[in-house]
Amino acid sequence: MIPLEHVIGLSAILFAIGTIGAVTRRNLIVMLMSIELMLNAANLAFVGFSRAWAGDAGQIFVLMVIVVAAAEVAVGLGIVIALFRNRESVNVEDVSLLKW
Amino acid sequence: MTAPQVLFYGFGALAVVSALSMILNVRNTVAAAMSLVVTMISLGVIYLLLDAFLVAALQIMVYAGAIVVVFLFVVMLLNLRRDAFPPERQLATKAFGVALALGVLGAFLRRMPGVLPTARDLPADFGGYRAVGRALFLEYPLAFEVTSLLLLAAIVGAVVLAKRRLD
Repeated sequence: MIPLEHVIGLSAILFAIGTIGAVTRRNLIVMLMSIELMLNAANLAFVGFSRAWAGDAGQIFVLMVIVVAAAEVAVGLGIVIALFRNRESVNVEDVSLLKW
Repeated sequence: MTAPQVLFYGFGALAVVSALSMILNVRNTVAAAMSLVVTMISLGVIYLLLDAFLVAALQIMVYAGAIVVVFLFVVMLLNLRRDAFPPERQLATKAFGVALALGVLGAFLRRMPGVLPTARDLPADFGGYRAVGRALFLEYPLAFEVTSLLLLAAIVGAVVLAKRRLD
């Protein structure tokens, strides 16, 4: 029997790592991967709670999160390709035109 | 410790290590994507240990199979050189990101003990395609249908964004 505290703790650690990656990295592709990692951490929490409560709702939520993640990757990488075509770069420092 | 616990802690540590190696790898984007695959597969194993069999299969197929492959396709399509990302300088941003993540993590872990539920007994077919499918199609059909709309929007958006010219 795996304690729920440890499942949720692992989820929190992975979420924190994903946050660090999304905030500090300057490579757009790695930033998208970090966001995927954060979504996966949320999925782990959903599955852990679903197991503890013996309910199906958490797993339905996980399916929805997987769909959102797939849609996000398709659109996000489309933006990356359009950006690379215009700027020859996937570094966010090169697309800071709107930054104050 | 029982075998499931050993597997849980082993694959949990593997997931954390490969996630760290993903965000710390500033040179090679393909290696970062491969680290992400290791994290995804470790989480798939953990889902199996938590009796979520259908979710584990989908995790391997969709995340490790489809999403990371799309990442790799884009990295290779753009032909990113290994030295495209020199070591980054903004110490303030890095310190802010790490402080934010550690602050949230610390507050969360400090409040967590004692508020979580204790595990209940599972029904016979918990987490299989039968139970999850019944819940999906009988209890949450609206969410399932709205998902199709989201996917359609994503397909159209990706095609329009990646098109060569907008005319």
